[in-house]
Amino acid sequence: MNPLDSISGTIVTGLVLAVVLMFLIKALAGA
Amino acid sequence: MDSIMMLSLERWLHFLAGITWIGLLYFFNFVNAPAMAQANADKEGPGPAAIGKYIMPQALFWFRWAAVVTWVSGALYIASAGHYSLHGVFTLGIGQGGDHIGLTTIGTGAWLGTIMLFNVWVLIWPNQKKVLGIVSVTDAEKAKARRVAFLASRVNTALSIPMLLFMGAASHGLPI
Repeated sequence: MNPLDSISGTIVTGLVLAVVLMFLIKALAGA
Repeated sequence: MDSIMMLSLERWLHFLAGITWIGLLYFFNFVNAPAMAQANADKEGPGPAAIGKYIMPQALFWFRWAAVVTWVSGALYIASAGHYSLHGVFTLGIGQGGDHIGLTTIGTGAWLGTIMLFNVWVLIWPNQKKVLGIVSVTDAEKAKARRVAFLASRVNTALSIPMLLFMGAASHGLPI
């Protein structure tokens, strides 16, 4: 099932993306 | 008008248009889509036709043009602000030397916003025109258009969560 079919799946997808990108940025910027 | 005043007006316009855009995006995803499904399932109710005829065209008008104003005012702000440049932001500060986390942070937000603008104009609006009957298509094409527009809208809702984090964090810091 596509997580984007439900509102909760969409929000969780967004939150996971936010956390993953945040750690990536920290690593990229060397901060 | 001095540059501080200009920057302030560009930022203000960016926020106003961004609230309009994302507010309508959340309306579509949190209110309208479930309400349409309910209206379709309620065989004795008034049905979803009035939503498609009277609400969607107006909501989509403000939605797609607010997206343009948000992106343009954001790009103007980046180009005008001394501590940013369009090249530095869209290359995430890579190769800029020194401490460039501000560029990396706002650049990530800018890329997410740019992908969202693309989804609005290339995936959502052309397919919604088919769904709403503004463009005539077969029932099969309409069903496909509905699915693509729905998924693009859901992708934008998911992307709006990190987008807003990085937009705000560029000036105020990340939580980690």
